[in-house]
Amino acid sequence: MHRLLLRVTDAIVLLWIVTTLTFALLHLAPGDPATLLIAPTATAAEAEQLRVSLGLDAPLPVQYARWMRDVLHGDLGMSLSRSMPVRAVIAEALPVSLFLGGVSLVASFVLGTLLGLVQALRASSRVDGWLSMLSLTAFAAPSFWLALALVALVTSGVAQLGLPDWFRLPAFGMQSPAATDTASWSDRLRHAILPLLVLSIPGAAGVSRYARQAVRDAALAPHVSSAFARGLSRLHVEWRHVLRNALTPLIVLFGLTLPGVIAGSVFVEQVFAWPGLGRTMLGAIGARDYPVVLGLTLVYAVAVVSANLLADLMLWLADPRRRA
Amino acid sequence: MSIDSRWERARRALGWPGLFLIVLTMAAAITPLLVSEDARSIGSVMRTRLVPPFSRDAYGAWHLLGTDAFGRDLTVRLLMGARISLFVGVAGSVLSAVLGIALGALAGWRGGLTNRVIVALGDALLAVPRLVLLLVVAALWSPGLDVVIVVLGLTGWMSVMRLVRAEVQGVRLRPYVEGATALGVPSGRVLRRHVLPNALGSALVATTLGVANAIVMESGLSFLGLGVQPPTASWGNMIAGGREWLLVAPWIALMPGVALVVTVVCVTIVGERLTGTPASPTRARRVSPASSAQPAALPRS
Repeated sequence: MHRLLLRVTDAIVLLWIVTTLTFALLHLAPGDPATLLIAPTATAAEAEQLRVSLGLDAPLPVQYARWMRDVLHGDLGMSLSRSMPVRAVIAEALPVSLFLGGVSLVASFVLGTLLGLVQALRASSRVDGWLSMLSLTAFAAPSFWLALALVALVTSGVAQLGLPDWFRLPAFGMQSPAATDTASWSDRLRHAILPLLVLSIPGAAGVSRYARQAVRDAALAPHVSSAFARGLSRLHVEWRHVLRNALTPLIVLFGLTLPGVIAGSVFVEQVFAWPGLGRTMLGAIGARDYPVVLGLTLVYAVAVVSANLLADLMLWLADPRRRA
Repeated sequence: MSIDSRWERARRALGWPGLFLIVLTMAAAITPLLVSEDARSIGSVMRTRLVPPFSRDAYGAWHLLGTDAFGRDLTVRLLMGARISLFVGVAGSVLSAVLGIALGALAGWRGGLTNRVIVALGDALLAVPRLVLLLVVAALWSPGLDVVIVVLGLTGWMSVMRLVRAEVQGVRLRPYVEGATALGVPSGRVLRRHVLPNALGSALVATTLGVANAIVMESGLSFLGLGVQPPTASWGNMIAGGREWLLVAPWIALMPGVALVVTVVCVTIVGERLTGTPASPTRARRVSPASSAQPAALPRS
């Protein structure tokens, strides 16, 4: 318990460093957000007034202190380009990314672990070899390219290859343009298929490579041979002696991947035009919307740090050796 | 000795992936010498544009992979893009390796406050997804080749730093290091001659796998328009450029991706061969020799 508390303090210090670094990075970069907001016809006095009202005239340490004070009060400031609170901007985009990331994370781990298990324990070496090659290829494919390839397949590809018509999937957006708020769920589901596939295929490939290696390493341990030598059934040994130990690296991987739930879909959101956090980030960077970029970085950092804490906790629960 | 057996020996030493990478690098290196400036620039667009793979344009010139929307030959452009992508990948990860080795050695050798500052900095950078970090930095400074390389270097050194630091800490108290110090060898020389060589092996493997990651990251940045700017070809901005022609001429966007995937797969296999992790499909060893090494470069977006 004491060690857990220590980890939490570490995490808070880490968050402070991250936000400070981001703040410094943003403000050291050339360019000034006010220049993008000021109308070309504005006089120098009007421009100055805008800078004052945005707080951009203050010296950097003062801006930093103000921002830090607000963050500690749970206030991330106002978006410069959209004149709404940063919290609202993030709250609007978060569910989209959570949906994409959450569903694909579960799919990746379920599919990937099963595939890795089959490869490590049941497949012939030839099948295992081909599956390894396939997962390596899928894992290497950049998501934006995979997305475009799938879009080409389900649009013009359907016609050229003579595939059945239900194969024709909507390629962009979250629902049909004509759809109202009460748009049918099947329409939304059809729109979600491609983005989820693009996120899950490389995800599952990565997990399967990891799971295969973890199970193989666990199976090489001396206590496994000894269990076989004692005449225990294969299923019993695999279930009780191999999988239990293969779990540890998979939990670490889960902790590392978890932040991807909100951060992993930047390209997919961009290609499929889903208004999630990634698209918001890209838009904010383009518009020099400092408060939004800072707020999002903070959200990402909180996600990474708390995922690491969660992974530690899960390891502690799964592996009795760590409780000593 | 016949060419066949020489080829066979090279293939056995490097494997297909290594050989592919060498051939690709050489082809990319000599492309500008073989192909005239004319063939690489935009000619009479209307007569040569959007030629499908394996066919001839209106002048009767044959195009292996077809042409793009401006009538440029895709094969040539792919090789020109390979120059950029491979260079950025290698330069970016070499830069991060140099940073990682220097900081790791410093942290492990000096210990104390230096160690804690460097480790905290590394942890802080790891707490932000690399892509987000890349986006912020690449977008705020004006995009270009040098910015991409520097940014890749600055955001990729953490894993090498950790490896080297752990290795240096482990070796620092060994008798032969103490002995060298006792004999009056200056501290810097002890570090260079007796400590660092132990750490270079694992740093090399991390760097090789980092190349794959850097190539993917560069293509992503260029795809978003934050990396290498057209008309300079990079696989990422070629995919972006083909996006609007996806329905009419899918090969423009898809071919650079195929090149990218094949290259990344090859780099990864070479890297994993170095660690001794069986990754190669056809010759996967049944029992991996005590490899605690996991498939690297996870997670990724």
